[in-house]
Amino acid sequence: MLRYLVLIAAFVGLIVVFSIGLQRDPGELPSTYIDRQAPRVDLAGLKNPEDRLDNARLLGRQSLVNVWATWCVGCREEHPFLMALAERDVIPMYGINWRDQRSDALRWLAQYGDPYVVSGFDADGRTGIDWGVYGAPETFLIDADGTVLHKHLGPLNEAIWQRDFVPLLAEGAAAP
Amino acid sequence: MMKWLAVTGLLLLSASAAAIDTDQAFDDPELQARYERIIEEVRCLKCQNQSIRDSNAFLAADLRREIRRMLEEGMTDAEIYDFLVERYGEFALYRPRASGKTLILWLAPGILLIGGVVTLAVVLRRRMALPIDDDGS
Repeated sequence: MLRYLVLIAAFVGLIVVFSIGLQRDPGELPSTYIDRQAPRVDLAGLKNPEDRLDNARLLGRQSLVNVWATWCVGCREEHPFLMALAERDVIPMYGINWRDQRSDALRWLAQYGDPYVVSGFDADGRTGIDWGVYGAPETFLIDADGTVLHKHLGPLNEAIWQRDFVPLLAEGAAAP
Repeated sequence: MMKWLAVTGLLLLSASAAAIDTDQAFDDPELQARYERIIEEVRCLKCQNQSIRDSNAFLAADLRREIRRMLEEGMTDAEIYDFLVERYGEFALYRPRASGKTLILWLAPGILLIGGVVTLAVVLRRRMALPIDDDGS
């Protein structure tokens, strides 16, 4: 009798392991930068090359860094939400335009709106590599002292924002 | 006949000419050998069951370019692997280094093997202790 109980327990155990394990997306890697200083960034601005995106801009208050490209379907999907978020004015959003054509990117911003304070233009993808980016869109939440608090892989939306980002926002940030 | 054999042989060899990585080889054959070994060891994060040698995703091309640059700058293999692990985690390497986080990966096969042998020994011993009974039960 005991032997069957052990077997049943093992079977139930496997079901639990699989039902949790198989729901997770094996493609999703945790960022190695969580709780560490954000990687280096120093990119010419997309609209105005003089208006650079560098680490200094990410200091002083919490900010978002959103990696996007015009060839990226998920970026198109999350764009309306990014626009809505920018309108709420709770947190400044910076873009890293990754592996893109400047003309395409500018047209995108003109057509769909520009939620970014500034977008850095990472044409050759080197900044992307430094940030451990492997699939746009990716969104990093950076703390006021420049540490990475969270990274989200894939399109953002209101539900994910409320669940994963809002709890990490600093006190005193305007209500989401 | 010989001619056809030669042509067939050459055609078979040409598979390697279809390699994804079409960048120019290093002048130094030793550097080229290291390069080829490293890109074989690094996972393309975008297409996770391919090495960056086999993948034509642009991320793989970018990573090959970075590795090329690092080799040219004279970095050691360990430094190059560190560069990748710092950015993408141990997952980027097909053979993650034995460290706190990945120790279980390296030890698990041994533990399972020992567990299996111990179980087998226990079962066999119990059976041997049973009286021999041809009628079975």
